[in-house]
Amino acid sequence: MSALVRLQNVSKTYPASGLHGPVTAVDDVSLEVNAGDIFGIIGYSGAGKSTLVRLINALERPTSGRVFVGDAELTALGERQLRDERKRIGMIFQQFNLFRSRTVAGNVAYPLAVAGMPRAERDTRVAQLLDFVGLLEKAHNHPEQLSGGQKQRVGIARALATNPRLLLADEATSALDPDTTADVLALLKRVNEQLGVTIVVITHEMEAIRSIANRVAVMDSGRILEQGDVYDVFSSPTTDAASRFVRTVLRDRPTPQTLERLRRVHTGRIVSVKLTEERGFQGRLGRIFAEAGVEWEIIFGGISELRDRSVGSLTYEITGADAAVARALERLQAERIEAVEEA
Amino acid sequence: MNDFIDNLPLFFQSIWETIYIVVISLVASGVLGLALGVGLTVTRPGHLVARRAVHVSLNVIVNIVRPVPFIIFAAAIGPLTMLAVHTTIGNTAVIFALSLAATFAVARIVEQNLLTVDPGVIEAARAMGASPWNIILRVLIPEGLGPLVLGYTFLFVGIVDMSAQAALIGGGGLGTFAIVYGYQRFNWPVVYFSVAAIIVIVQAGQFFGNWLARRALRR
Ligand SMILES: Nc1ncnc2c1ncn2[C@@H]1O[C@H](COP(=O)(O)OP(=O)(O)OP(=O)(O)O)[C@@H](O)[C@H]1O
Ligand SMILES: [Mg+2]
Repeated sequence: MSALVRLQNVSKTYPASGLHGPVTAVDDVSLEVNAGDIFGIIGYSGAGKSTLVRLINALERPTSGRVFVGDAELTALGERQLRDERKRIGMIFQQFNLFRSRTVAGNVAYPLAVAGMPRAERDTRVAQLLDFVGLLEKAHNHPEQLSGGQKQRVGIARALATNPRLLLADEATSALDPDTTADVLALLKRVNEQLGVTIVVITHEMEAIRSIANRVAVMDSGRILEQGDVYDVFSSPTTDAASRFVRTVLRDRPTPQTLERLRRVHTGRIVSVKLTEERGFQGRLGRIFAEAGVEWEIIFGGISELRDRSVGSLTYEITGADAAVARALERLQAERIEAVEEA
Repeated sequence: MNDFIDNLPLFFQSIWETIYIVVISLVASGVLGLALGVGLTVTRPGHLVARRAVHVSLNVIVNIVRPVPFIIFAAAIGPLTMLAVHTTIGNTAVIFALSLAATFAVARIVEQNLLTVDPGVIEAARAMGASPWNIILRVLIPEGLGPLVLGYTFLFVGIVDMSAQAALIGGGGLGTFAIVYGYQRFNWPVVYFSVAAIIVIVQAGQFFGNWLARRALRR
């Protein structure tokens, strides 16, 4: 697989202004997005996500580092050449940013006009795109007559007008309710699968990543803390920030509050065991506990689906003599079962 | 009343002259002011073609010229008027001075309106690879058009006001008519009919402007 987007040690520092000192919004970021990926970038507000995504279509120039999209090194191009590159990169926004002075069809036609498509061909293409996003009958409406989800569909049709191979989505679902969010995410997935468009999804909602991304980067204070396959990051986050995000969707481990409540009822040792997809896993656990001579009970847990696989963990209360409990924990470790005792 | 009827042909000619002066000045200052206003807007730091030095210079010029009372401005640009239209008196001179003076007022109104255009929309157009010119003509101005038309309507009243001072530099129109044939000869009917005519012109202009703005805003 070839990388469609490549950032090499990219940093962006905004100069000091007024009372503010200089802000390093993106700090030495290197990443690769492969053709065909839905690449998620997650981080809290102010992490530098929007700045990062705007470096990918050169709306923003990095202070240092290099940006490649396809064969072109954007950081080596002049403004005029960049405009041609941008015609091959679509972008959608949290606030949709539709032209209020144009109809739905007019919005979608604008990038076609910019790209120099003859007027006669534009109508056909516009109809085709609106049909793809399911809004053909709204062609002559104005944006303010549409719901948020419909607006974002228009935004997607407009971004895809010139057949880009890359689509950048900056918080594209953050202004939408959960149902509409799911619809728009499903549409993005269709764009990826049916049209073969590579998508970079910026979000602060882990759920969006869980439902469509195959790769993810976790961003904090301008840096990429962790990146990789979504399944790997979800099942074994290596940084605190990443586990916090993972917890927001998986909810498979008890929070400190839950733990406090559990301890009032359950006086034994509390141990969370990560689930695997191995068949008969529960039975194997049961045998380990029985052989060690401890009593056990499932008191908490969560299992989610992620890219056609299950992730999650179950939390057990283990009671018995100290030596027996210790034996059980040792056996889990010996059998390479991931278990942590909840503090 | 007979005093007024004697002046009736002149009254109608004055109405015509006022409309003529106002409309040409409005169109000329509208175009020039739009250009200057767009220049002021897009050269701002962080805007489409940010050029700090250009922005600051334009801003200083507009700030200096705009508050100068029209008739003093007209006097001050006398040499320029002479150079451009080969006379410093009469309707042509009035139109020249008026167009120039109004250009600075239009520029501010244009700038204020264009600054209300959502920066996100401009960013979207940039992301599509549109050139600054294309964005100015096809995005920025159309997006700001509704309020812009209202701004022009507001300005129309100001230009009618300024045009009434034409008497002082030898121009015609209702202002001259009211002063020379009315005020200076104690012919009050002439004055009041002039007032009525001005009111009708202003109301008609405002009505038309509001109608246009409503169409542009689709409300
Ligand atoms: N044009 C700018 N000038 C100065 N500072 C900026 C500019 N744009 C962003 N910043 C700063 O850079 C940092 C990162 O901003 P950015 O918008 O990239 O974050 P984000 O992760 O997208 O946040 P959010 O989730 O709120 O959109 C912030 O501290 C912000 O204040
Ligand atoms: Mg952002």
